[in-house]
Amino acid sequence: MAEYAVLAGRSVRLTRRNPDAVITSLVLPVLLMLVFVYFFGGAIETGTTKYVTYVAPGVLILCAGYGASMTATTVSVDMTNGIIDRFRAMDTSGTAVLTGHVAASVARNTAATAAVLGVAFAIGFRPQAQLTGWLAACGILLLYITTLSWLGAAAGLLAKSPEAAGGFTFVMLFLPYPSSAFVPVETMPDWLHGFADHQPVTPVIESLRGLLLDQPTGNSPWLALVWCLGLLAVTLPVCAALFRRRTA
Amino acid sequence: MYPAAQAGWAIETQGLSKAYGSVTVLSGVDLRVASGSVFALLGPNGAGKTTTVRILATLTLPDAGRATVAGRDVRRERSQVRRAISLTGQYAALDEAQTGAENLRMMARLRGHSRASARSRAAELLDRFSLTEAADRRVGTYSGGMRRRLDIAAGLVTDPQVMFLDEPTTGLDPRSRRTMWEAVGTLARAGVTVFLTTQYLEEADQLADRVAVLDGGRVIAEGTPQELKKTVAAQRLDLTMAGPDAYEAAAARLAGRLLHRTPEGLVLGVATDGSAAHVRALLDEVDPQRTDVARFAVHSPTLDDVFLELTHG
Ligand SMILES: Nc1ncnc2c1ncn2[C@@H]1O[C@H](COP(=O)(O)OP(=O)(O)O)[C@@H](O)[C@H]1O
Ligand SMILES: [Mg+2]
Repeated sequence: MAEYAVLAGRSVRLTRRNPDAVITSLVLPVLLMLVFVYFFGGAIETGTTKYVTYVAPGVLILCAGYGASMTATTVSVDMTNGIIDRFRAMDTSGTAVLTGHVAASVARNTAATAAVLGVAFAIGFRPQAQLTGWLAACGILLLYITTLSWLGAAAGLLAKSPEAAGGFTFVMLFLPYPSSAFVPVETMPDWLHGFADHQPVTPVIESLRGLLLDQPTGNSPWLALVWCLGLLAVTLPVCAALFRRRTA
Repeated sequence: MYPAAQAGWAIETQGLSKAYGSVTVLSGVDLRVASGSVFALLGPNGAGKTTTVRILATLTLPDAGRATVAGRDVRRERSQVRRAISLTGQYAALDEAQTGAENLRMMARLRGHSRASARSRAAELLDRFSLTEAADRRVGTYSGGMRRRLDIAAGLVTDPQVMFLDEPTTGLDPRSRRTMWEAVGTLARAGVTVFLTTQYLEEADQLADRVAVLDGGRVIAEGTPQELKKTVAAQRLDLTMAGPDAYEAAAARLAGRLLHRTPEGLVLGVATDGSAAHVRALLDEVDPQRTDVARFAVHSPTLDDVFLELTHG
């Protein structure tokens, strides 16, 4: 167990010292929040809810994608650098190395979430949630971040180079757009509805919004849970297999 | 006669083979390394040195053959082998964004040291490899020699039984190379079995008890450095002749004994034992009038000479 803690500490330290990572995880989320609210918000009709309140959960989800994308890069850097051989020759498990990167990703995203919420509050975000709503929302967000980070790790193991690894993750950055993250799905063309209603981001975003605004969430939280746990159940063994293949 | 054979073999391989696609890298490598000895695997670029080290360090599986390290099978007892060895690869395996001390403490923690003992072990190693002053600087700012030293130190956070060093001095300046040699000597005196690879006969000569020459995926010679060098001319005398006529005349006199000839440079190479008497006698023989030889130089045999001798001799 000590090796998991040591490697998580390592990844967090490497993240803190990587200017790209700091900008992507702190500056970018805040900018995105401001861009959505001030550039697009005026043109988007979200009913009785103020746009900032509507979009804040969407920005959190988008940031999780950026954080996971960075995980793909950091994993790939490790795999293309001699250090993975040293770890292996020291009998350190591949899972521990990858878990370290995921832990750093979760840490980055926690910081991003705090920054985004801070700015959102400052510009008028007014959630209605009680403590249980907040806890449930945080739990779902954390699970979503963890799931995306493991997907990022898989992309990092698949890619031949850190640059390519970043490219592999464009899906994660794209998926929030055809969902209710930034604009209500009803405003999209009909042919998109089927996709938008049945992709994993939608239940996650609907749960976050419902929980934070203290509105009915229907079965969204359960769908979100099933999506995330299902993806994790596939991604974890895939990562282990990819790691073995990569280091054979 | 193998030194310390009674102590057992630290490394033993039989028929080790490996191919990448259609490229055969190793085809039947047999090696035996006595416990506590320093063993050098000598070979040119692409000979398969790194592949051999990676197989022995359990990072790559051989296609065929058997290998044991510290008495454990590299296929079936990976974890036990890994606990007995340390590996310093051909390229530095460190986190550039961590300081030297942080890198060492991390490795020590991964090897099971407590926080406090990792700290003291790191400090001890930094001191031993003259890196104390740079301890709190990021590795990204280190010179090649400092990185290499830190890389070796990282392999020593726990005392290994067998230490693998893949081309530990390639690309180092002479001073760093000297420091590295001293470090290997210290390890050997502490009883660690050292398995190193190199492209330089001189280095194998300095450090190793025994040397194996790897070429074309096979061990083409094995023995003490002295034995190995006996298979080639002990030294080579290069004569630069004064002109084309002198060059032709000398080449005719030395026919059969020439190690190499370079007509463009008017240079002839001939074997010598390197003693003043022998060099003087050769000069007199080639140039009795003392007008034909413009310059001369005595060289130690290079790895190229060993290869030429072993493969075409
Ligand atoms: N992973 C690999 N895939 C394909 N070819 C490889 C791989 N590793 C090594 N080789 C090839 O095997 C040969 C021997 O390589 P190597 O063991 O690194 O030699 P050395 O360390 O003696 O320079 C080279 O021709 C190299 O291109
Ligand atoms: Mg090599």
